[in-house]
Amino acid sequence: MAKKQHGERNKGDLLLDMRDIRIEGFSDEKWHPIIKGVDLKLHRGEVMGLIGESGAGKSTLGKAAMGYTQPGCRITGGSILFDGIDLRALSDRELRRLNGSRMTYVAQSAAASFNPAHRLIEQCVEATVDHGLKPDSDAKADVRKLFRSLQLPDPDNIGQRYPHQVSGGQLQRAMTAMAMSPRPDLIIFDEPTTALDVTTQVEVLSAMRDIVQQFNTAAIYITHDLAVVAQMADVIKVLRYGETVEDAPAREMLKHPKMPYTRSLWAVRSLEKPEERSDDIVLRVNGVDASYGGVVKVLQDVTIDVPRGSTVAVVGESGSGKSTTARVITGLLPPMKGNVLFNGEPLPLALKDRNKDQLRRIQMIYQMADTAMNPRHTVRDIIGRPLEFYLGLSGKALDARISELLKMIELDDSFMERLPGELSGGQKQRICIARALAAEPEVIICDEVTSALDQIVQEGILKLLLRLQNEFNITYLFITHDIATVKAISDQIVVMFQGKVVEQGMKSEILEPPYPDYTQLLLSSVPEMDPDWLTHLLAEREKTGAMSSSGN
Amino acid sequence: MHPILKTILQRLGLGLLTLFVVSIIIFSSMQFLPGDFATAVLGQSATPETVAAFRKELGLNDPAVVRYIQWIGGVVQGDFGSSFSGRSAGREREVMELIAPRLWNTLFLAGLTAAIAVPLSLALGITAALYRNSLYDRTINATTLTTISFPEFFVAYILILLLATLWKVFPSLANVRPDTPLMDRIYMCALPALTLTLVIVAHMMRMTRAAIINLLASPYIEMARLKGVSSSKVILKHALPNAWAPIVNVIAFNLAYLVVGVVVVEVVFVYPGIGQLMVDAVSTRDIPVVQACALIFAATYILLNLFADIVSIVTNPRLLHPR
Repeated sequence: MAKKQHGERNKGDLLLDMRDIRIEGFSDEKWHPIIKGVDLKLHRGEVMGLIGESGAGKSTLGKAAMGYTQPGCRITGGSILFDGIDLRALSDRELRRLNGSRMTYVAQSAAASFNPAHRLIEQCVEATVDHGLKPDSDAKADVRKLFRSLQLPDPDNIGQRYPHQVSGGQLQRAMTAMAMSPRPDLIIFDEPTTALDVTTQVEVLSAMRDIVQQFNTAAIYITHDLAVVAQMADVIKVLRYGETVEDAPAREMLKHPKMPYTRSLWAVRSLEKPEERSDDIVLRVNGVDASYGGVVKVLQDVTIDVPRGSTVAVVGESGSGKSTTARVITGLLPPMKGNVLFNGEPLPLALKDRNKDQLRRIQMIYQMADTAMNPRHTVRDIIGRPLEFYLGLSGKALDARISELLKMIELDDSFMERLPGELSGGQKQRICIARALAAEPEVIICDEVTSALDQIVQEGILKLLLRLQNEFNITYLFITHDIATVKAISDQIVVMFQGKVVEQGMKSEILEPPYPDYTQLLLSSVPEMDPDWLTHLLAEREKTGAMSSSGN
Repeated sequence: MHPILKTILQRLGLGLLTLFVVSIIIFSSMQFLPGDFATAVLGQSATPETVAAFRKELGLNDPAVVRYIQWIGGVVQGDFGSSFSGRSAGREREVMELIAPRLWNTLFLAGLTAAIAVPLSLALGITAALYRNSLYDRTINATTLTTISFPEFFVAYILILLLATLWKVFPSLANVRPDTPLMDRIYMCALPALTLTLVIVAHMMRMTRAAIINLLASPYIEMARLKGVSSSKVILKHALPNAWAPIVNVIAFNLAYLVVGVVVVEVVFVYPGIGQLMVDAVSTRDIPVVQACALIFAATYILLNLFADIVSIVTNPRLLHPR
């Protein structure tokens, strides 16, 4: 077959040529088109950014580039030429010989994509050894080198660990090493940093970029984060509803997006709320220490003031205690020390000691709208439940109120009888908002409510939340790790790190220099649309020797 | 100490505790057996005096607590007491003497069946998962479901009809003796073992298949496919190692059944196993034998479940290698 397996790799030769690709997926007893005739050309050594909302078909197209379709999908048309080989004409066995040797894949969640039963290094060399590219010992020695160049701690021994013994950021780098081990011509990166904290993301991004450049590998980088793609890609392709919206070199597209849809993707980050000062404190977390099981303190002396009618954003990386704070406020986790004051009155510490009215006044919206709703309840049941429970509504009054709430979240009565499974991600989150609103609360705790959503949908949800705040003077405690969201909607910001409050103040104060070290690291790690941002940032950090959490 | 060893010791301790509680339950339920050994042996016509004398000899007049302590004290030292029946002047039959050859027979049959059924159901389960929804898969599923759906004695008689009467391949009786040579034993046990295999294969095979298929949607399985790993290796190397826990639990459950639940099959093939012994002992109110059998059955369950737990731990790196 392909004789020049790892022969000369002239940058610029056409490597992948996909023409008029059509892919269908099976659901509801029918075949639905997912990709509707997309062309894709990729040259050797080139990185293509593939962006779009979820459901746009990015992942499906990325896997199709390897000749792979997931169960329940089929390729119905078009041709895929990889280095002159027609992938659609190959037998399963021939295709398997290419998968994992000349083309490899880096998945979104490394934690789920590593087999829990095998050691990292075994998994990293599996494809290389199976395909007979290198003997086991050479492949392992090479992967250790890759671990080193990806800046994994203790590169000689980390491969002996099992996936659960290393952190998410490390796993993502190990997976990049796994993809690089056979020295493929093409790597598909499928949202590889979406699940990571911003601070970890920077390190993983730079490691991936370096290694792709070092071996002159072509890559398709799938993401919905434009700023990330700006750092990685030479060319950008925007997908929507399974069709190409726009194709252009990265710098050109970032400067002058042509299509209205592309421009709307760019526009999201322009949402901004003027901050408002308020001294009427509705909720006060007062010197709280908390722990799970009493051993390790997850929160230490946390004090947060939440003024009425404003939005307080709590930011920090995962493990910083943001969500634990929310659990303390709602009473799910009674604190060891300190208390929670509501309108100046201390709330009972434990959920079971609070009365209905106290419960009603604080509501919560979760990150995963999917798991926060009973899949067997209709929208009417979901929104109606707090109305019956807290407000005692029933019959006509109940229906009228549900309909009113649906209107508030910009949906109509046709949604009443739907089940959560019949809603899109954004609609689900809207239903969760309506459920929280139904209780007529004073404070709503939003725990990463937009981080599972695409940018455009995010913008819609954030706008809705702001509008509701203006109309009903609701107070938000907004937990997030996304600084762009914070800029967009907050009045005040609380920065948390390792269970402590590092900084608290008005948005303008926190986002103005000088910053404490941690805030600096957090803020500087947020990718910007400038394609040179990562290069400059790394140079800057190199120079100042700024704190780095590469062991993370 | 290695955490695994610690867990095993912990479970063993808990197992002993369970066994102790079970012994109390066994002993007290004996008190609810209707009738009385003395009357059962001596017959309706015995005079009250003879019955009373006999009861006294057996120690049945002591309070229950005293009898329990005497019994459990003996058991702890390996002495299960002596049987009520088969007594003649100056000679008592030790319970262990009665049980030992029967227990050995039962374990032999269980072992023979397990040696056939476990590898068979694993192989069927794995191949059914590999070729899921194919004709092969559906045939295996339908066949095993059919054999498990019939009562054991029915399967046994069908096998006798086919393999002992129509085609004289195996003997229809499995009345082994202690001095039967090993090969003859295996030959005689073929039909009972086959019957039991047909009864337990479906459960284990379906669990193997389900446990593997359940994992096939995992991202790491897709990853393995994208690495170009072949379907059979995906199942054997990537799915199976993560599926052992549920599979082994079902295997342990079925092995326990082979020891404690096969009395019907023993009766059909006239096989001298422990199940028949216990049923006989119950009908003659031979309480020490019943108690000893019940305790052995309980211990079997506890040991096999312990074994399943250990396998689950050893095959799960999260438990074997904590962070």
